[in-house]
Amino acid sequence: MKLFKNINIDKLKTGLNKTREKIVNKISETFSGKAIIDETFIDRIEEVLISADLGVEMTELVIEDLKTRMKKEEDRSTERMIEILKKALVSNLSVNNLESFDYTPDIESNKPFVILIVGVNGVGKTTTVGKLAYNFRQSGLSVIIGAADTFRAAANEQLTIWADRANVEIVSKEKGSDPSAVAYETVSKAISQKHDIAIIDTAGRLHNKSNLMEELSKIKRVISKLIPHAPDEIFLVLDGATGQNALIQAQEFMKTTKITGLIITKLDGTAKGGVVFQIIKKLKIPVRYIGVGEGITDLQNFDPVTYVNVLC
Amino acid sequence: MLEDLSLKIDKALKKITGQGKLTEKNISDTLREIRIILLDADVNFRVAKEFIDKVTQKALGQEVLASITPGQLITKIIYDELTELLGGSNSELTLNPTGITKIIVVGLQGSGKTTFCSKLAKTIKGYGRKPLLVAADIYRPAAIEQLKTLGESIGVPVYSQGIIDPRDIAKSSLDYAKANGFNTVIIDTAGRLHVDEQLMSEVADIKKLTEANETLFVVDSMTGQDAVNSAKAFNEKVDFDGIVLTKLDGDSRGGCALSIRAVVGKPIKFISNGEKLEMMDVFYPDRLASRILGKGDVISLVEKAQQSFDDKEAEKLEEKFRKNKFDLEDFLKQIRMIKKMGSLSSIIGMIPGMNKAIKNEQIDESALVKVEAIIHSMTKEERRNPKILNGNRRKRISRGSGTSIQDVNRLLKQFAEMQKMMSKLNQKGFMNSVLSKKNIKFS
Repeated sequence: MKLFKNINIDKLKTGLNKTREKIVNKISETFSGKAIIDETFIDRIEEVLISADLGVEMTELVIEDLKTRMKKEEDRSTERMIEILKKALVSNLSVNNLESFDYTPDIESNKPFVILIVGVNGVGKTTTVGKLAYNFRQSGLSVIIGAADTFRAAANEQLTIWADRANVEIVSKEKGSDPSAVAYETVSKAISQKHDIAIIDTAGRLHNKSNLMEELSKIKRVISKLIPHAPDEIFLVLDGATGQNALIQAQEFMKTTKITGLIITKLDGTAKGGVVFQIIKKLKIPVRYIGVGEGITDLQNFDPVTYVNVLC
Repeated sequence: MLEDLSLKIDKALKKITGQGKLTEKNISDTLREIRIILLDADVNFRVAKEFIDKVTQKALGQEVLASITPGQLITKIIYDELTELLGGSNSELTLNPTGITKIIVVGLQGSGKTTFCSKLAKTIKGYGRKPLLVAADIYRPAAIEQLKTLGESIGVPVYSQGIIDPRDIAKSSLDYAKANGFNTVIIDTAGRLHVDEQLMSEVADIKKLTEANETLFVVDSMTGQDAVNSAKAFNEKVDFDGIVLTKLDGDSRGGCALSIRAVVGKPIKFISNGEKLEMMDVFYPDRLASRILGKGDVISLVEKAQQSFDDKEAEKLEEKFRKNKFDLEDFLKQIRMIKKMGSLSSIIGMIPGMNKAIKNEQIDESALVKVEAIIHSMTKEERRNPKILNGNRRKRISRGSGTSIQDVNRLLKQFAEMQKMMSKLNQKGFMNSVLSKKNIKFS
């Protein structure tokens, strides 16, 4: 069962279009027709990749990869090189080569399937919870969401509006309550009311604040007490516009809670979120979904080929 | 990562330090590494390139004075250039003495606008002004409630008309302010993507309608390469007056500030850290420059050290650091010097690498008093050679200083650790620049 059948390339491309044209032009303008791998070409690629937030180290790796692949190529036209570059990029988006990118959570055998949403401030966690709830609900599953962000002003109200839009139940407590109590109640209700999925929203926290990170592992412990396999997924939400710090965020969150997947938001702008290449490579965390707008349907399954096509 | 980069630049600078003069070759090596440091700090690709070209030009034309090392010279040039690009001087908010000052806060989603608006309102209120917060974000669910909650907590009224056209809200908020005696109106607008033409026109209209005195562009300090695109688009549309950099209490290096500064040429006016409403700082370009370079507040430390250190004493100590002959007698002298410099934790926080080394150690200022007492109770010989301190001697010292034997043991252990750390720092060549009386002036 594939849940999110709404991969819409146009949506992803709309915002990125201008930059996309620029990037393709950037490479093509100097290398119309036949080209050899020379310094200028490499410099262009370097600029494209670094400007997409891949980072210096990752960019160098991809370029090395490209050079190796090109050695075996007879056809060295610009089109071919870009094609090869894209292949190299796609292969770097896979945690292991065997894995299918068609992410489908095994909800059937793990009911209630518990999803914990974490991330730093302002990345779009609450919006993502709303979209996830809606999408699961649309697939005919019953969903309950927990408002465990008890810290930010009006976070409850915000999530309640999303719950209404998605037509799902919500558990919330007053501001300042213990977030793990909210998580506990959400999962308890999911069990007693036989919901298929429980999604828990947490407060934004900067990953270098150890007390807040500790709070997160407490939430996780509390959930595990109710259902040993839960949380079944811990999704780290990353702002697509974030630069190299996203890797540190992932590393730090990984220390306290085992992140099982990434959700990259705000990809409807001109930012590319290329730092995910490093996160995938170094931490082996797969990207599951991408956010492409503030609408409730603006969440898509991550598709590496589409993503790379937009990237360059 | 912060420490990694710190090491990287240390390495890069070291290549130059101690090499008599700057040659084209060794500068180009160093600058290549600095380029990587900048890119890793999220400085935009093009901005980094231009920056490095500029530094190269200056560095090549410059003579290395006999009194400073090439490493110090290049540090100063890099630091100066960065500081210059970041703004050169602090830039404050203009508040009109009469009439209503109108401030509009704009930016991408999740950059921290609403929190910043409240902080600004609180700060302004502290200056004795009468601020009014205006809830003009009609799109994000519960954004109005968020501002209302925050407004309540700081005792600043929030003007809201619910979900109607933000242009109308902005316009009528001014009438409301006038009628009710508010002299500063802070309009919190919705987060919007710079590619969303409709919403971008909306915010441009708000600016026009209200004849805003200040338009502030709020940007998350963790933003990557794309910062130039969003900042450019916002600047073209609303011609903002200043930049607000948020979430610097994380560990991002804030390179996007340099990119934005370079591309739009507007000053960075505020730093907004944390969700607690009291944390707002004025922006200091020099500090951010060191942060981007991963050098901690090295420059502040150098200045502070210059003020307080006795040059000759320092020279002697430096000699001992170098030869690893640093003993408890010197430790005592050093404690006295450090006490002149301010709080220990604040000093340690400024040293790159030290943060990591000391992170897990609690720094107790009052412990220094104990330490002094313990060292005073030692004989000269014991101070010079702590290895001879057996159980009996330790007992005697603890009695003599009115401390416990555990205190004495702890001090000796810490001292041993410190010696280790000093020799490490020594290798890094850092103490060299801090303690040398030939420190160049960073002004």
